[in-house]
Amino acid sequence: MCGIIGVIDRARKRMDGTGIRSALAEMDERGSGEGAGYAVYGAFPELKDYYAIHVFFDDLHETKPRVEEELSKWGVIEHDEAVPTYEQPSLRKIHIPWRFFFRPDPHLMPRSITPEDDVVMHVVMKVNTTIPGALIFASGKNVAVFKASGWPEEVADFYRIQDYKGYLWMGHNRYPTNTPGWWGGAHPFNLLNWSVVHNGEITSYGTNRRYIESYGYQCTMYTDTEVVAYLFDLLVRRHGLPLETAVRALAPPFWDEIDRMPDQEREIFRAIRLAYGSALMNGPFAIVVANDQSMVGFTDRIKLRPLVYGEKGDRLYISSEEAAIRTMEPDVGEITMPKAGEPIIGRYVA
Amino acid sequence: MVVRIDARGMHYTPLNRAIREAVASGATEIVLDNVMGQRFIADGLRGDVTITIHGVPGGDLGMFMSGPTCIVHGNCEHAPGNTMDAGQIIIHGSAGDAVAHSMRGGKIFVRDNIGYRGGIHMKQYLEKRPILVIGGSARAFLGEYMAGGLILVLGKEDDRPRIDRGIGSGIHGGMIVIRGGIDEENLGVGAMMSELSPGEMSGIEPFVREFSGNFGLDPDTFLNDRYFRVSPASARPFASKYTWEV
Amino acid sequence: MTIGSVPLRYKIGVDRDQCMLCGRCVENCPYGVFRMEGERIHVNSRVCVACHRCIAMCPRDAISLEERPVDYRSHPIWTPQVRESIYNQARSGKIILSGMGNAQDYPVIFDRLVLDACQVTNPSIDPLREPMELRTYIGKKPGVLRFGEKDGTTVLETRLAPNLMLETPIMIGHMSYGAISLNAQQSLARAVKHAGTYMGTGEGGLHESLYPYQDRIIVQVASGRFGVDINYLERGAAIEIKIGQGAKPGIGGHLPGEKVCADVSCTRMIPLGSDAISPAPHHDIYSIEDLKQLVRSLKEATEWKKPVFVKIAAVHNSAAIAAGIARSGADAVVVDGFRGGTGAAPRVFRDHVGIPVEAAIASVDAKLRTQGIRNEVSIIASGGIRESADVAKIIALGADAVYIGTAALVAMGCRVCGTCYRGLCPWGIATQRPDLVARLDPDVASVNVGNLIHAWTLELSELMGAAGINSIESLRGNRDRLRGYLLDEGIMKVLDIKPVGA
Repeated sequence: MCGIIGVIDRARKRMDGTGIRSALAEMDERGSGEGAGYAVYGAFPELKDYYAIHVFFDDLHETKPRVEEELSKWGVIEHDEAVPTYEQPSLRKIHIPWRFFFRPDPHLMPRSITPEDDVVMHVVMKVNTTIPGALIFASGKNVAVFKASGWPEEVADFYRIQDYKGYLWMGHNRYPTNTPGWWGGAHPFNLLNWSVVHNGEITSYGTNRRYIESYGYQCTMYTDTEVVAYLFDLLVRRHGLPLETAVRALAPPFWDEIDRMPDQEREIFRAIRLAYGSALMNGPFAIVVANDQSMVGFTDRIKLRPLVYGEKGDRLYISSEEAAIRTMEPDVGEITMPKAGEPIIGRYVA
Repeated sequence: MVVRIDARGMHYTPLNRAIREAVASGATEIVLDNVMGQRFIADGLRGDVTITIHGVPGGDLGMFMSGPTCIVHGNCEHAPGNTMDAGQIIIHGSAGDAVAHSMRGGKIFVRDNIGYRGGIHMKQYLEKRPILVIGGSARAFLGEYMAGGLILVLGKEDDRPRIDRGIGSGIHGGMIVIRGGIDEENLGVGAMMSELSPGEMSGIEPFVREFSGNFGLDPDTFLNDRYFRVSPASARPFASKYTWEV
Repeated sequence: MTIGSVPLRYKIGVDRDQCMLCGRCVENCPYGVFRMEGERIHVNSRVCVACHRCIAMCPRDAISLEERPVDYRSHPIWTPQVRESIYNQARSGKIILSGMGNAQDYPVIFDRLVLDACQVTNPSIDPLREPMELRTYIGKKPGVLRFGEKDGTTVLETRLAPNLMLETPIMIGHMSYGAISLNAQQSLARAVKHAGTYMGTGEGGLHESLYPYQDRIIVQVASGRFGVDINYLERGAAIEIKIGQGAKPGIGGHLPGEKVCADVSCTRMIPLGSDAISPAPHHDIYSIEDLKQLVRSLKEATEWKKPVFVKIAAVHNSAAIAAGIARSGADAVVVDGFRGGTGAAPRVFRDHVGIPVEAAIASVDAKLRTQGIRNEVSIIASGGIRESADVAKIIALGADAVYIGTAALVAMGCRVCGTCYRGLCPWGIATQRPDLVARLDPDVASVNVGNLIHAWTLELSELMGAAGINSIESLRGNRDRLRGYLLDEGIMKVLDIKPVGA
């Protein structure tokens, strides 16, 4: 079932992880205690120009040097450290979380228009498919991701997310079906600056995966959510689509609705469906996606999963449940349900 | 006898246990404060009791409920009145998806709006006839698969309610009554629309008055208008779909 | 009498108690099985082809048919077919001609594939109350869209290539006027127009009486170029270059002169009674770059308004060939599997050359994706699509749409007797004999074909809904929703699917 929540402060005023921890805990009923996670943007102000490469290691002795070697081939590791963790009674530390602050060498991808991102993406795919015992689960600038198998409050306390501050937080409370126990299967999924939390199941996963893999992405997490991050990366970063258009490609209007649109709009939506038919996501889902400029929430085309949003001042909250938002911000204004497929977008003004 | 329960931080199981104990000890009115996301409040509850809820109850409020009245001062999440049998839910706010799912009796009044698939598969049998009244608008697939009962949509903020596609899709019993009607393109499969006759209108009027009374609104602002009914084109909408193997 | 007569293939029996001597069997059998003598129906079973026309027309169910009442001594290697082919060729010294599709007993991959359905983790969708989209566009799709701004509104800068819009991913393949009758073509045309889909002309030109349906007709340009002129090209909704056919990969076609009646002669633009011979290759295409020339010349002639398809037989190297076609400027590639039907093909080709469409589509789709050119062409699967489940499976393997052929003929009465090459089709389908053609009533047959497409479309919607998918795009290439049941590892690797239970 899964519970999701995201909050963005459009003025980039930072908040610590206390609020989102309680909001996610409110939705414990939606999870099973087998996975939870948080992403926070603005977490590393001193190292904000470096890609924060987060890795789950099975061991440090053999695997870490291989990852370091791969990173060093493509750029410079400015700093690296174990992600601080704090023992919890019922959370078993299966992996060793580590983070590298990495500066890629743009000259190594001469044909790319976004060479640094492409170097990092290449390293992520390379490590995740060729180095057993190492999984890069986050790779954005100034983004921290915390996830593990456990209840949301345990995972929060395991990483002490209250010690981190950021202007955008996302959280996810997992009820796994495909891959229990696997930390990599917990959300948020991250690639570069994209992070995704997702409730539901993507019945078009096979189609989406074949589509995205023909662009060089490789699905390594054994779950459907990671394609969402890749699809956004492809459509927005590499194809340059506006965020709204990308959402409309993933959850487009029905043909009968398109047929009734005025000419210009109809032409646009027809083109979107023709060009991006394989990117269309089917099945029940509610998703919140963030990057370094915005946060967007949307549901599938027939609204099979819950999603609501509300605002207070500069902050926009999007979640599966109103109660989660109110737990985090009791004075939130009117709570609204977006229409099926309609993007709810929060952008920074500062 | 009035019993007050502070639900802050309480899981729904102890909360429901406290409610049942109060009913068993003769409470006729229960007030729940600081409700925040607790599911299944009054789930399967019997009796003649009014439960007033302050806060945001979680999903499936009043599921299988048979008799009590729940008054919510706040919004509801998904499916209040799910498979409800008898009693009332009065929501001073809006509600999520699948409100009154498979409801078989009793009444639900929602002051503002509801989400997708409101009244899905509501059904009636003998004297049991579920009633869902929505003050504002509803989202797509309202009354989908409806098999009985009445859904009344008043659209109080607009000339008529804003409802998207698939209204009464697969409807094979009961009716959806909408102030001002809907666009033909939003009519679901197997549904048809016609204007309510004055005779039929008199059957609707008591519910409009009851709704208005619940929320302190003037019924005449609703009553002096045209109403349309969406009802089944056939009691067996999909009968022509199959052929025998041999 | 070195060889002597071989055992009867079919034996017709007449139940004398039931027979009322109405003579319908005599009238209906063009092969001369029945004759009435006095108060008795006499039977010559040796000429029977099991077309079942007599059985269908007998008002008293008096006729019975037995297959191989006297058979050869059984032998697993020297089957009756093998022995009879030898007798036949020993007598004649000729190539054996056959009809319909591959009759060899190969396993059918479709029947070893099972589809998925939702349970708990996602809801199945009821296609009759919630939207279910089967609309399919056939043609080139942009890989990337570019948007700009004009007067403060977003405008599309990318120009879309022409696409055909199908309301259901089921089209009717190319069966020429000549191979089938005009009444048959008219029935198909009316059915596709009604169903919102398309049909192919085959290489026999476009008869005038089909002009009202031309916006639903794909005109074919084959190696013989019969009936091809600018008028023909302009009338078609799309143009298809036929390189090969699944039933006879690598060889041309031959419409015998006796089928070239006045009307066929005029539609094909060849003299009355002359053989219509299609060469094996197009003699202006000896290499892939020549294909590009033909694609472009067709587009140039029709002012780039129409999609151009290229049809190939499914052969070992289909994937690479399709990749070449995708680069030729063509808008769709049709892959015709080795079960595809035909009016006439040498039996040795029909039964032994080519590969199944399931494997061909899987490898074509994979190759195009690996090369990043899947959006350049639509993939149309044909050859051996027998039911809606086949449609769902082949789309899940990567096809955009299918062509059906034999199934559409069966919907008009064809009993798959496989004797199309005789030109005596008693159902009025694969014949030009006026009295036989008149048996096929387009008013009725068009409804039957339309019903079939409608019923398959309904079933396809149900299958998609059960899989939690409400748009055909999400089924396309969704091999995760297929599993192989008792398929070997090698095939599963080609299909890129898992076994059942995995």
